[in-house]
Amino acid sequence: MTHRDSIAIEALQLGRQAEPLIAVRDIDVSFGLVRALKHANFQFMRGECVAIAGHNGAGKSTLMSVLSGARRSNAGWIEHDGIRHERGYSADVARGLGVRCVFQELSLCPNLTIEENMRAMHPQLKGLGWRKRARRIIEAQLDAIFPGHTLCGTDVVGDLSLTQQQMVEIARAFSSVDSPVKVVILDEPTSSLDKYTAEQLLAFVRKAASSGITSILITHMLGEMLRCADRIMVMRDGSVVSTLNAQGLTRDAIIRAMGQFVEGNPTPERERRAAAHSGEVYRWSLGPKQQTTLEVPRGSIVGLAGLAGQGQTDALNEIYAKARHGGSRQRVAYVAGDRRADGVFPDWTIAQNFDIRSLFDRACGSWIDMRRLQALFDAWAKKLDIRGAAGNANILALSGGNQQKVLFGRALASDAELVLMDDPMRGVDIGTKLEIYRLLLDEAAKGRTFVWYTTENDELAYCDKTYVFRSGRVTQVLSATECTEEALLAASFEEVTE
Amino acid sequence: MRSIPIPLRRPRDLRSVLPFASLVAILVPMAIIQPNTLSYFGGVMLLNLGVPIVFATLAQLAVITANELDLSIGSFVSLVACIGATLLQRSPWLGVLALAGCVVLYALVGALIEYRRISSVVVTLGLSFVWNGMAVLLLPAPGGKSPDWLAALMGFQSPIIPAPLLWTAAIALCMHLFLMRSSRGVALRGVGGNAAAMRRFGWSVIRAKAVLFGCAGVFGVCSGLTLLGLTTSADANIALRYTLLSVAGVILGGGEFVGGRVSPIGAVLGAITLTLASSFLSFLQIAPQWQIGLQGAILIAVLSLRLLVRMKEQRK
Repeated sequence: MTHRDSIAIEALQLGRQAEPLIAVRDIDVSFGLVRALKHANFQFMRGECVAIAGHNGAGKSTLMSVLSGARRSNAGWIEHDGIRHERGYSADVARGLGVRCVFQELSLCPNLTIEENMRAMHPQLKGLGWRKRARRIIEAQLDAIFPGHTLCGTDVVGDLSLTQQQMVEIARAFSSVDSPVKVVILDEPTSSLDKYTAEQLLAFVRKAASSGITSILITHMLGEMLRCADRIMVMRDGSVVSTLNAQGLTRDAIIRAMGQFVEGNPTPERERRAAAHSGEVYRWSLGPKQQTTLEVPRGSIVGLAGLAGQGQTDALNEIYAKARHGGSRQRVAYVAGDRRADGVFPDWTIAQNFDIRSLFDRACGSWIDMRRLQALFDAWAKKLDIRGAAGNANILALSGGNQQKVLFGRALASDAELVLMDDPMRGVDIGTKLEIYRLLLDEAAKGRTFVWYTTENDELAYCDKTYVFRSGRVTQVLSATECTEEALLAASFEEVTE
Repeated sequence: MRSIPIPLRRPRDLRSVLPFASLVAILVPMAIIQPNTLSYFGGVMLLNLGVPIVFATLAQLAVITANELDLSIGSFVSLVACIGATLLQRSPWLGVLALAGCVVLYALVGALIEYRRISSVVVTLGLSFVWNGMAVLLLPAPGGKSPDWLAALMGFQSPIIPAPLLWTAAIALCMHLFLMRSSRGVALRGVGGNAAAMRRFGWSVIRAKAVLFGCAGVFGVCSGLTLLGLTTSADANIALRYTLLSVAGVILGGGEFVGGRVSPIGAVLGAITLTLASSFLSFLQIAPQWQIGLQGAILIAVLSLRLLVRMKEQRK
């Protein structure tokens, strides 16, 4: 409640056009057991630009999908013109209210032309001459936002470059057919634009604000926020924690507001182990121009950090490919993060899911030694405390956390010296996590090497060294002692200059 | 500031030219070997057999537009032919009702596939046996008789231009106008292109798939009836090869298996090319047992050509 009041006060201080437009109130969204949004509150004003800042999983995109009508919330309401839309509204209502959204993953149909894509968003474009009308509207909008663009309404979207598609997507969101546009949500709009078009967009957002269109900008580029936004809404753990006035704000202030500053409890084991590394070091040059170099001492745990999707998984895949390359004598195992997509074999039993990596051990012959595998599974099932089903039950009979334990067991029971982990703790409960952390430290002490991509910054406390990624490159290497929340955030948001 | 952008007017998509090119590539040698090909009666003889294949191809095209695949169209066309030769002949009303029921069933299958998110390949493969079984029940041995009006329709002779050519041109034009030009058709194709986005904008994907499968049912009925009109009697296995022919026709016509990228005119040309290809092989006096293999070789050649075109485009 107090926060809501403070928003109102700040809005008043804003002074210029503090005319309330639309508000989210006590919005709650859960995905299964995970609460993505907890009582999110915010009041948007007419003709302002609000930037949303927050770390991965802070709930930014979820809140925007509720506001744009793509998702209904579990509780709370949206207020517009004094009308309460309980648990949000449908996409049709959102369109009627003039709320538009540019989604991060594009929502264009690649098989249609630009003008036909207008119809996908605006069903009211029909009847004789709808094509001509659609073309006129979208081309005028493209001219307004990206002057000098070379697009034409009859171009097929799939034939355009990613930048051009993003331009079309943005222009479509700003174009109005019958109901006027009031709010446009831009989720990472500049991520696939080049510098020139990004400038054009930001300039247009300011112009739109002065003509009464509210823009909501989700971006990881702090410079863009500061240049473009009137207010910055900071989200953390599914709630809006503060609202900053962009005037006179610094980058550091935003980073401070986003961070949680829970001092990670440095694990004693790590200190003890630090000296245990043998002199040997794995060294990889990654990336298209081999410009990123990773140095990983044997027997250490090395973290890959940064915002989600900044090239960490690609780096892991590349390391894996190099380790599996014919000439290399490295034994490697991979723990997948996206269990369902590339972790479990859903039709197999728990034991089969567990065994699969061990079948590729150097020592394993051409024929399957059932007795050895059985013994191996029994030993690890006990060690990992896999609970819920017997080894011959289907893997899906286990809970998510236990499935993840099986995946860890798969890698650890093998003869791999190097274990690559692709954000493996997603959706794993804290109890299981602690068990696995302990196991990782033990295994590292025995000489195994771990490369660990994680989006949970707390986990980096277990790492001896952390590489922070941004736009596919390493921007910062932090040693265990330097790895604080603040340093991580600063490195994550460092802008890569071309 | 960057320099003034060079206007990028892409040349006409090479892919849309390929169906024409492959048709010409078959037609020219045919005309050289057998000059009668281009005469009025030659056209009627060669293209008549193409009409049901064109319909079957458009049925497949409707399903492929929805990002699905129909493996039952061949046995469905056979069933329609059997219904036409038995029920429609004996008691027209019952026959019409049965055909309408088939179309509705097709639409429902489309809705079910989307509603339950099951693979259309599995569903239609299963359905192909259901259709086949029903056809065998109706017509255990080859026979039956086509209704007179149907035979008369297919035997209709138009002045100057062969009737089947008129038919196919009209069908191609109608489907092009509906699917490619009308606002309704655009929404249907959008579902094949990006179903998640369409759902987000408030369109019903289930309804779109039901409509597209319903279209496929209608075209399947047309295909079965025109086939019956040509052969005048039916058989439960009469059109089984249409399943693969129709897929080949759509792909030959510039369509893609996924992504809702289709071209009705291209598909009609593709179906005609395939029809002519088999006649062409007969003209060359190639033994029947080699013909199917060679037809496949022609298909592989055309598709490889398309792959080359696309690779060239990408390099640009």
